[in-house]
Amino acid sequence: MARKTPGLNTSSMSDISFLLLAFFLMVSNINSDMGLARKLPPPLPENVEPPEVRERNIFVVMVNKDDRLLFNTEYGRIEDLKDRAKEFLGNPNNDIHMPEKQATEIPLLGTYEVSKGVISLRNDRGTSYDMYLQVQNELTAAINEMRNELATTRFGKRYTDLNEEQSKAIDQAIPMAISEAEPTKIGGK
Amino acid sequence: MARFTGKKAKETPALNMGSMSDIIFMLLFFFMVITTMRESSLYVKIIPPQGSEVTKLAKKSLVSYINVGVPLPDQQKKYGTEPRIQLNDQISEVSDLITFVEQERQQRSEADRPFITTAIKADKQVRMGMISDIKQELRKAGALKIFYNASKGGRR
Repeated sequence: MARKTPGLNTSSMSDISFLLLAFFLMVSNINSDMGLARKLPPPLPENVEPPEVRERNIFVVMVNKDDRLLFNTEYGRIEDLKDRAKEFLGNPNNDIHMPEKQATEIPLLGTYEVSKGVISLRNDRGTSYDMYLQVQNELTAAINEMRNELATTRFGKRYTDLNEEQSKAIDQAIPMAISEAEPTKIGGK
Repeated sequence: MARFTGKKAKETPALNMGSMSDIIFMLLFFFMVITTMRESSLYVKIIPPQGSEVTKLAKKSLVSYINVGVPLPDQQKKYGTEPRIQLNDQISEVSDLITFVEQERQQRSEADRPFITTAIKADKQVRMGMISDIKQELRKAGALKIFYNASKGGRR
């Protein structure tokens, strides 16, 4: 009888495929892109005047080319921005210098006093992108916190855990009221 | 038959490793499918800013990327040291954006077009003038859904 061919030793096969696996794990990136989503306003028609907004309804945040902040008329720090924005949009004491509220009928929430406040963000052409994103981040944080508070009092859940209908209602009650002015060109490159 | 002779049956049989490789290949394929290879190599250096409120970008297939940053050292001879825009595989000008958006639109099916998001991946050192120019062009092109790329992190 002819000699039997010995069975191929396949135990190293797993090692080889492990190597391959490790290689792919290293070179590929499970790219989870993180960031802030925004919506740009559609281009304005030439001859249309922008709607007039009353002064008490605007909170101006300016960032200059040295990344310094100005809230309305005074210097501010980035750490204070979130609280200022929350105070402005919430207007808990119905201060006459703070934005008006408009009672609106919202499904699931009933009549809710929606703030008419708008945060106007203006930046210089020389502002760094980093600072700009920090400001956007703080403003988002303010709105997220307010939405979270409302969601917990009304639905007993965090905003992120709400279903679509509920989160839509909350979005309507606390809109993402950030408006960006056309950038100015004062110094800087 | 040797199996029934009794003496050998008492030894623990060696584990059959034959299917091990199959399992690992399955793992391998799984990872190959879910991961994406980097499509185009970056010519610009990007260190994204950090934010605490960042969210995940949904629907990766509907995203077109705009990379903004200073060209990498080996590209600086060709493209200079000022921040540049990279679209797909080449360094471009702000004025190319409208064509770029149009191209990206053509690649997607009609039903998906309203959901295209433009992700701006910019280095944190980039000045806002550039970003504003990009935003203005995007507004003109009608690509209104944008996304500022940032990495997750606390306050500076």
